[in-house]
Amino acid sequence: MERDTKPKGSARRQFLADTARMVCGVGLLGLGLGLYARHATALPPAAIRPPGALPEKEFSAACIRCGMCVRDCPYDILHLAKPEEPMSTGTPYFVARQAPCEMCEDIPCVKACPTGALDHRLTDITKARMGLAVLIDHETCLNFLGLRCDICYRVCPVIDKAITLEPMANTRTGKHAMFIPTVHSEACTGCGKCEKACPTEIAAIKVLPIYIAKGHLSAHYRLGWVEKEKAGGSLVAPDLEHQYNLPEGMRYDYGGKGLQAEPGAPAAAPAAPGGEGGAVPPAPTFKAMQGDKL
Amino acid sequence: MELTRREFIKANAIAAAAGVAGMSIPGAQALAQAKADDGLRWDKGACRYCGTGCSVLVGVKDGRIVATQGDPDAPVNKGLNCIKGYFLAKIQYGQDRLTKPLLRMKDGKFDKNGEFQPISWDQAFDIMAEKVKQTLKDPNQGPQGVAMFGSGQWTVWEGYAAVKLMKAGFRSNSIDPNARHCMASAVAGFMRTFGIDEPMGCYDDAEHADAFVLWGSNMAEMHPILWTRITNRRLTADHVRIHVLSTFSHRSCEIADNELIFKPQSDLAILNYICNYIIQNNAVNKDFVAKHVGFFKGVTDIGYGLRPNHPLEQAAGNNGYPGPDGKPKGDPNAHSPITFEEFAQFVSEYTLDKAHEISGVPKDRLEKLAKTYADPKTKVTSYWTMGFNQHTRGTWVNNMIYNVHLLVGKISEPGNGPFSLTGQPSACGTAREVGTFSHRLPADMVVMNPKHREIAEKIWKLPAGTINPVPGYHAVLQSRMAKDGKIGFLWTSTTNNMQAGPNVNGEVYPGWRNPKCFTVVSDVYPTVSAMSADLILPAAMWMEKEGAYGNAERRTQFWRQQVKAPGEARSDLWQYLEFSKRFKVEDVWPADLIAKMPEYKGKTLYEILYLNGQVNKFPKEEAAKVNAHAWAGYTNDETEHFGFYVQKGLFEEYAGFGRGHAHDLALFDTYHKVRGLRWPVVDGKETLWRFREGYDPYVKKGEGVRFYGYPDGKAKIFALPYQPAAEMPDNEYDLWLCTGRVLEHWHTGSMTRRVPELYRAFPDAVVFMNPKDAEKRGLKRHDVVKVATRRGEIQLRVETKGRNKPPEGLIFIPFFDEMRLVNKLTLDATCPISKETDYKKCAAKVVKV
Amino acid sequence: MSASSQRPGAEAVAAKGWLAAHKWLILRRASQLGILLLFLVGPWFGWWIVKGNLNSSYTLDFLPLTDPYLLLQALMSGQTPERLGLIGVTIVVLFYLLVGGRTYCSWVCPVNLVTDFAAWLRSRLGLKGSAHISRQTRYWILAMTLLVSAATGTIAWEMVNPVSMLHRGLIFGMGFAWAVILVVFLFDLFVMRHGWCGHLCPVGAFYSLIGKFGLLRVKLPARAACNDCMDCFAVCPEQQVIRPALKGIDGAPPVILEANCTNCGRCIDVCSKDVFRFGTRFGAAESTAVAKVSPVPK
Repeated sequence: MERDTKPKGSARRQFLADTARMVCGVGLLGLGLGLYARHATALPPAAIRPPGALPEKEFSAACIRCGMCVRDCPYDILHLAKPEEPMSTGTPYFVARQAPCEMCEDIPCVKACPTGALDHRLTDITKARMGLAVLIDHETCLNFLGLRCDICYRVCPVIDKAITLEPMANTRTGKHAMFIPTVHSEACTGCGKCEKACPTEIAAIKVLPIYIAKGHLSAHYRLGWVEKEKAGGSLVAPDLEHQYNLPEGMRYDYGGKGLQAEPGAPAAAPAAPGGEGGAVPPAPTFKAMQGDKL
Repeated sequence: MELTRREFIKANAIAAAAGVAGMSIPGAQALAQAKADDGLRWDKGACRYCGTGCSVLVGVKDGRIVATQGDPDAPVNKGLNCIKGYFLAKIQYGQDRLTKPLLRMKDGKFDKNGEFQPISWDQAFDIMAEKVKQTLKDPNQGPQGVAMFGSGQWTVWEGYAAVKLMKAGFRSNSIDPNARHCMASAVAGFMRTFGIDEPMGCYDDAEHADAFVLWGSNMAEMHPILWTRITNRRLTADHVRIHVLSTFSHRSCEIADNELIFKPQSDLAILNYICNYIIQNNAVNKDFVAKHVGFFKGVTDIGYGLRPNHPLEQAAGNNGYPGPDGKPKGDPNAHSPITFEEFAQFVSEYTLDKAHEISGVPKDRLEKLAKTYADPKTKVTSYWTMGFNQHTRGTWVNNMIYNVHLLVGKISEPGNGPFSLTGQPSACGTAREVGTFSHRLPADMVVMNPKHREIAEKIWKLPAGTINPVPGYHAVLQSRMAKDGKIGFLWTSTTNNMQAGPNVNGEVYPGWRNPKCFTVVSDVYPTVSAMSADLILPAAMWMEKEGAYGNAERRTQFWRQQVKAPGEARSDLWQYLEFSKRFKVEDVWPADLIAKMPEYKGKTLYEILYLNGQVNKFPKEEAAKVNAHAWAGYTNDETEHFGFYVQKGLFEEYAGFGRGHAHDLALFDTYHKVRGLRWPVVDGKETLWRFREGYDPYVKKGEGVRFYGYPDGKAKIFALPYQPAAEMPDNEYDLWLCTGRVLEHWHTGSMTRRVPELYRAFPDAVVFMNPKDAEKRGLKRHDVVKVATRRGEIQLRVETKGRNKPPEGLIFIPFFDEMRLVNKLTLDATCPISKETDYKKCAAKVVKV
Repeated sequence: MSASSQRPGAEAVAAKGWLAAHKWLILRRASQLGILLLFLVGPWFGWWIVKGNLNSSYTLDFLPLTDPYLLLQALMSGQTPERLGLIGVTIVVLFYLLVGGRTYCSWVCPVNLVTDFAAWLRSRLGLKGSAHISRQTRYWILAMTLLVSAATGTIAWEMVNPVSMLHRGLIFGMGFAWAVILVVFLFDLFVMRHGWCGHLCPVGAFYSLIGKFGLLRVKLPARAACNDCMDCFAVCPEQQVIRPALKGIDGAPPVILEANCTNCGRCIDVCSKDVFRFGTRFGAAESTAVAKVSPVPK
């Protein structure tokens, strides 16, 4: 306390006034800080947290900005946010387009974290979910145009699981297939290799925070074929056998190909080699039928 | 759009205003037009990379290629490109383009151990001529000691001019293309089975086949656009199946219905098993076989194309090397007729069990494959590339796939046929058709055949006996001979053998650096090869010269020169013609040869070879005339320099070899007006499927099928056994090493690694390894390891995930990376018949660094 | 101030020689810079002695250290640390319990270099005016940051903390952190004497609480020898801590027990009469024992 030479009464008044002023000032400061803190926890979409990072809100609470993950990254891809950057100052991030996560098997960045902001339960790097790759621009993706780039696919460390190429007929040329890179969220780690390697001037595939990248279906509609697979068969009782009026030599396949020539009749298409074309699906077990028996 | 329209209106307004004012602004009309399309001049061309032969349009502005596009009207690619083709506009503009001749010098003079210093073209040709003359005189070297190494990236006329310079000028057959490393086995296979080179089918097979079989070909990465056609067929026709055979799982396996991962070299056993299956199941097309096929048994004990002192060669009885008595030990190509029954007996030991045992492929998969070939209703197209060709039994394995197709008669018709793919834009067009091999002449002729020599000498207006009857040094032999001091002058262009050649440490480098050998490299960038040379010549590339390429389906494509080469860079064509001026005929030919044509006395090789009334037949003005439909006032650098339309003269002389002999090329002028034609072009008509009546004008009415490469019109089926590889994994070197390519980079990466985006997409070579193999060695993904063979070692990172998934016991390393030269490791064992190196098999070990 | 217009410490220099009159200042600067250097040789030369920064670090892959104030904010926001973090924070708390919490401020904190420079320049330029804020403000700010952490679920003070910003900036890349540091400097120089460290910084406030009962103290065994030259007051960043012990107000023992003494030792340096020396808080009798303390880097 500063030295006080004024009479006692006025001193107390002065003290109270000072205190009030101070509390108000600090309160205002706190309000500003609080608002700023809330604002700063919104991570810009281009910044990706290291593997194992808690959800952003918890992360910015748990991360003590020590930079140990930065130090233990063998590829020097991580940075600590500078004050002017639009995220929590001092927190680690990487920008996929500059240097993506190399997905080390031993995940040294997570091991280095003293607070669990990077979750130490992450021991399999393929389980990391740093973000989600999104083929965001179909108009400039070379594969969508029919070209054969698919670099994003081939650089993917989880190739054939996180990104697959789905062939599609190129109706413009009539004789080439297009290979549509398709990201699967159940396997994409968000490492950003695809975004980094995308050869167009501005990447057509980008890693985004999962909350931006991922949609969600409502519960009031179910995907029939998915439910059927889950149940291991039809959810309702099977039909009686369908019968059709057909000319000689033709048959009608209810479940599959529709109208077809009988085997032996002049075939439109030759039998598939190895006899694999006519594989009989395994007999399904019907849930509803089991109910009937009761 | 907005902007373009505004600019267009503005330009129109200027033109209109000028019109009102009654004056003419020069080019105002052109300006209006140019503005509308960015000011780019578009012209047609062919992609610079692989053998697919996609057509492109090239956009030029201010003397620079600023854009390219896939040609939407080209039948091959319909406007599409792979990612390498997408970056074509950048390949000519790497920052380290060579623009001046550079000679290793010390104290102002050539010194093998000196530093590169810029010199003039005159100085460069001076020292080259001196070295050639020296070599010709050297009793240890002689004419064959003057060697040239080119490629399937030479334009047609460059290859042709080179052949003439070497075989007619220097009388040396030591000219070989890098295609020796690439499809010599395919050539030997075609020649042995059919007596004529190149595929009978075309890309349209892709739209007609019911099944595709890939044998040692990763088309998904190496022929990306062609692969989309096969995928499209699979996608749009339900019954179509794809079988992929490889020694490791790769991108083409992704949509395979039947993936067969076999032990290296066991493709020989699988092919014999298929023949056996076909015979056992009475699936032989007896009528076809009786009419069109003969059966032969090849000699077996043929060695592995290694140096003669190698134990394997000492033991071999039919490798053709000099034996103890100095005479050649047999002939690896020898074969004698047998009957069908004998053939059936021969393959009968290749049962399903045996094929499974040798190859390691599950029996059901082998059977599925065999059934595909045997089923008479399934049209099968087989594709292969380096897996077959780069094989110590490469010629055999090519013969053996024809065995299969011939037995069932599935050949030479839409959807049915064996199809050998090529890796270079003009492997077919230049290397094969022009005949830039050490034993070849244009149109499938060979130097060993006196009749062929006579034909060539006649066309070239040379005295009889000019062409050397002995084959020259082929690619692998060039390195060995340079190392042994037998080559005194080696001129390499459009290729990078110090990176792509086998056993770089053991043969190529010691050869090039041998003080007895003067090595010249013409290239556009300072490649590993250029840096290993004594003299570097700056070359013009791709659109900096007028060119022609021939793709894998016999399609010949032309382009006009679009831009100037930088600095003092000159086309290979210019280099060969200019260099030929340095030799008087007396410098290179013996007196008795000159005496046969005294009119050549005192003349230069330039005058004899290129001012022969044929090559210089078309005056300078012809260039503008021929190309008037596309480009007013067109000319090119060589035409301006030499004063006649060099390209047309060379092409028309060259085409004379094949016209009327089933190698008919169309007229030069025609090719400048079309997006490629598939030869033989007879009466202006392309040939889609050869050897079949109706499709092939050389098959007469009523013949049905005729394999006219042989006089009896029959193709040959060969009885050939499974034999092991030259080097196999053992206790110390316990892994198979396989090398190859990736989609992002083309061959040694000299072009694609200079495109930042492509470099970024696959910056450094890695060793693809099975995770279990990595674990056994205590390796994690991305660990730096040493990969070693008996010949050398390199360091690179381990990749256990990603595009290639080798089985246990095999590693794969791409060869594009000049910082990690995998060819330090490879073995220079070749197919003894085709002399093509097996880059797919040698023994290696991997240790942690 | 001494009677003459001499600068504080001039008498001490005359009496003890320059070196002795700057002994603790030099040691302190060496400590501050040395610690910084330990963090920097990693990124500069690849000699990884210490990884991390003042918030949390790992020395020679053996000694974890974690800032307790930071961890408390994290706790307030609902997060619990990993084992390494817990060990680290325990070590730090025990250490500062021993040496006095605010020893951190004068021997470790990099902002101290900035504010000391501002104070020095202020006196050299003779800048007189100073705003008045209570020295208690820092405790209010401290409380506020914990509240805001709890309310927003963030480590609130880390958003703006100039201490970690400067240290992190020096080691990991500065960005615009220099602007924040400049503001602190200008604030101390023109607005308020010892404004930041002495009035506002909640980090110092927190450490003062840890070190309230710290063992290491400045003692005044020879307070009788004081000649009221006022040099110690002139140099002390927390002037209020000296008077009770020096003047024995309300029977105070000759030892500075105030939690906000930063143990900077500058008073020891500038006193020509050797009134001050380091010692423990106990045995407050006027003795001649001098505790030799070498600061341990955090």
